[in-house]
Amino acid sequence: MNGLRWLREHLVLVLGLLVLAYTFVPIAVVVLMSFNAPASRNVYAFDAFTLDNWANPCADPGMCDALTRSVQIGLLATLVATVLGTLAAFALVRHDFAGRSATNLLVFLPMAAPEIVLGSSLLALFVATGFSGRLGFWTIFVAHVMFCLSFVVVAVRARLAGMDDHLEQAAMDLYATPLQTFWRVTFPLVFPGILGAALLSFSLSFDDFIITNLNAGTTTTFPMYVWGVAQRGVPMQVNVVGTVMFLVSVAIVVVGELGNRRRLAARA
Amino acid sequence: MSQVADTSATPLDPGAPARGDHTAYDGLRLRALTKSFGGFTAVRSLDLDVPRGSFFALLGPSGCGKTTTLRMVAGLETPTSGTITLAGQDITYAKPYRRPVNTVFQSYALFPHLDIFENVAFGLRRRRQKDVDRRVQEMLELVELTSQARKRPAQLSGGQQQRVALARALINNPEVLLLDEPLGALDLKLRRSMQIEVKRIQVEVGRTFVHVTHDQEEAMTMADTVAVMNGGVIEQMGAPAELYENPRSTFVANFLGQSNLVEGRVLRRAADVTTVDMQGIEVSVPTARVHTDSDAGWVGIRPEKVLVGPPGEELDAPGNTIPGGVVSDVSFVGVSTQYLVRMPWGQELQVFSQNTGRTRLFTQGEPVELSWRPEYAFLLDRGQDVAAGSAERAGA
Repeated sequence: MNGLRWLREHLVLVLGLLVLAYTFVPIAVVVLMSFNAPASRNVYAFDAFTLDNWANPCADPGMCDALTRSVQIGLLATLVATVLGTLAAFALVRHDFAGRSATNLLVFLPMAAPEIVLGSSLLALFVATGFSGRLGFWTIFVAHVMFCLSFVVVAVRARLAGMDDHLEQAAMDLYATPLQTFWRVTFPLVFPGILGAALLSFSLSFDDFIITNLNAGTTTTFPMYVWGVAQRGVPMQVNVVGTVMFLVSVAIVVVGELGNRRRLAARA
Repeated sequence: MSQVADTSATPLDPGAPARGDHTAYDGLRLRALTKSFGGFTAVRSLDLDVPRGSFFALLGPSGCGKTTTLRMVAGLETPTSGTITLAGQDITYAKPYRRPVNTVFQSYALFPHLDIFENVAFGLRRRRQKDVDRRVQEMLELVELTSQARKRPAQLSGGQQQRVALARALINNPEVLLLDEPLGALDLKLRRSMQIEVKRIQVEVGRTFVHVTHDQEEAMTMADTVAVMNGGVIEQMGAPAELYENPRSTFVANFLGQSNLVEGRVLRRAADVTTVDMQGIEVSVPTARVHTDSDAGWVGIRPEKVLVGPPGEELDAPGNTIPGGVVSDVSFVGVSTQYLVRMPWGQELQVFSQNTGRTRLFTQGEPVELSWRPEYAFLLDRGQDVAAGSAERAGA
């Protein structure tokens, strides 16, 4: 009787905890497996605790090559997509030009289109233009910039559209030249949107498999490496990489949240 | 009373052509200023002189062109034609950051990412001025916000944000400070106290303030000179009392306070007094308060200038008695009683009677007579719309 009543009163809490558990159990498994020393070929069973995987993360040189490549492509694609996307967002919000509404619509398209369609049509384009023998790092980079661009434009545009025009007019009224107005007022206010777009771009790029796989030629990125070795048994170091990635994301969220709290505390 | 004594023409006649060279004038001068947006003309060949050091109000309903005029002075809109000179300098096409003019925006437009101190310091820092700390502190003292210096704008109340916006503009010692409905977002009580506060600051710093508003009471309370704008042109300009007592158009008569306007026909014009047949009754209007050349006019009288009494009783006014009224509505508002009196010709006139205790209250349906002192009446052109300005006033 009592237990039933307790459950009824705490139903939302119980359900919430269950949902959280559902989300985090796979991550917990990754963290756990990063300390696994598999005894047999079955690498999916936890046998013994070890720190070897953490001590030698590059035991399989193929993995670290792929990881380095993924990080390089991710950083480069993020940089280019963020700069181009931010400029495009400014043009779409601030300037009235022929074809603006069409552009607004077209920018959405890569987000909505299935990746397999984007990937295969991009491959067709590369092949048709004579790049079939040169598929690799740079074709992957081009592909990643393509799909990151839409997300950057959408994120920055939302931030810009929500900004009061009068702020820039006030800056000019207070003796700021157009350049000073941009760096002192516009950019700081739009920056959170740009930063968010950059983080999203990196994670999209680092993560991508389908489009990358179609346009990679013989080059291997980290997701492609994991997929390749998964049939033979993933080296435990992959779990180390997974754990590090997770910790980095958590750290970014925590730092952001602490910053928010400090601002709120200053406000009180 | 003295309030009707000054009926001379306004010292700054907006209709007057450009006088002499612009370099002679040390205030803000607009000449034939026009702004069109596509087919719509927001400001139509505006001539205006704002004397240095004055508190000037541009008053008008929304869409009358007052904000566009202000934005052209700030450099945020480019005039279609005409010139703007400030202390003899032509600033018509100068960039906003190159003219000695600062603006207090309606939305305040405080920089949300900077604290109050940096908001106020913004203009000084852009011009690499010295003594930033001391000057910002002084300015924060002037607007009584010293304790809030390190807070962000979002942490302040509306009235405090308004004062920051004022301080941020004033610290630059502008030749002209432009205020674009800066009190519009505040509630009534705060607005009244800010009106006094802004006026105090203007007197203290002695700068030229140009204040745009649709609130006639605000304009009259704060400004030395009020220009009433309508449809992109200035209808009338002058001291608040002068505009109120001697309106020259039906728009001003209705927009600034309320007026009774009765059809009349001019019988005789003399140097001092013009005699008008008003619905069969002869009334006199001082010739200086006659603003029409045609014989058909509107006889105007403010509701508080009309006296009401029982039929046959002597009223304290040397003017003619207008008989045959019937009280059709009574509103007791404490300080005064507001009557609507239906006249024999079918029109309802407004009468505001001060509750001095000297006259008794009249009740609905009671027959009454009206009268007023002739020197309070004015005569307007019949060609003008009798209701002009009253709808805008109600909507404002």
